[in-house]
Amino acid sequence: MATPSIKVSETPLVLYTLRRADDALILGHRLSEWCGHAPMLEEDMALANMALDLLGQARELYSYAAEVEGKGNDEDKFAYLRDVRQYRNLLLLEQPNGDFACTMVRQFFYAAFADLYWRAMMKSCDPTLAAIAAKSEKESAYHIRHSSEWIVRLGDGTEESHRRAQIAIDDLWAYTGEMFAIDDSERGLIDAGIAIDPASLRAQWLKTVSEVVSEATLSLPKGEWMQQGGRSGRHSEHLGHLLSELQSMQRTFPGATW
Amino acid sequence: MATPNTPLWEVFIRSRNGLAHKHVGSLHANDATMALQAARDIYTRRGEGLSIWVVPSNAITASDPSEKGMMFEPAESKIYRHPTFYDVPEEVGHM
Repeated sequence: MATPSIKVSETPLVLYTLRRADDALILGHRLSEWCGHAPMLEEDMALANMALDLLGQARELYSYAAEVEGKGNDEDKFAYLRDVRQYRNLLLLEQPNGDFACTMVRQFFYAAFADLYWRAMMKSCDPTLAAIAAKSEKESAYHIRHSSEWIVRLGDGTEESHRRAQIAIDDLWAYTGEMFAIDDSERGLIDAGIAIDPASLRAQWLKTVSEVVSEATLSLPKGEWMQQGGRSGRHSEHLGHLLSELQSMQRTFPGATW
Repeated sequence: MATPNTPLWEVFIRSRNGLAHKHVGSLHANDATMALQAARDIYTRRGEGLSIWVVPSNAITASDPSEKGMMFEPAESKIYRHPTFYDVPEEVGHM
């Protein structure tokens, strides 16, 4: 890795925006890994479309974080020149694609949250975040519809698809709690009306998820213990591998364009 | 790849209000709901559509190409069916 990482001044609003930008970039990158590998052409296109939605969200959020920070960083530097410990995304989103069921369950858990989150954020008193929310909400509304339909068909499909979908739910469940957690730096933004309290979305999220999972003849684990760490840069081993691919070009050929 | 689980669907897109739905292609999907989603993802990525129809391909009854003589040639010699023999008064302008 030839290019050193940038320094980021993580004031509460910069950190908050970077966390959401990292969510979108990392999940978008995961989905893009399916390009050319999906089980059928139709889903190849669907996954790539959603990856591009997320990449678009990431770009807007990174640009806003750069503007708020005002230290000469930009969307590319945030994406390409931060190491694993500087990334702030949810652990759920960096989990490997696994099989198609695993990708769909990850997508479903997150989209069910993101749809509620962006809808609530449209009322943010920060006009830029509210505008990004208004655009992202329409995208996440489709992501939740798309993944819900697949969860139902995988769960209520064949014995094999049911088995795989249930394994994915069991494996990823412990990563869902992090979506609703906040820390002190976010508390201030919530009090100021800039951010929303994700805990307020949990009941509706659980209702949506439970209904779809039940229609799919699948079940949610009873486990209460939840994995955390992504928001403060403590990641699973998978993120480093993802970043080494995502960043290899800019790290090797700094500033390369084409 | 046609499998019994993913039959073929024909996709029709209406691009603007006032226009008819137009056939744009086909795709494979498990059922009507998934076909509609796939149609959205494949055929409206560049803002092509305001409305989508999907129809099971096997619901379409097609004319037999070997009967095209009987079906279509008789119309070829009846040019008087085209409304091109009327004088349109100047005042009407473009119709």
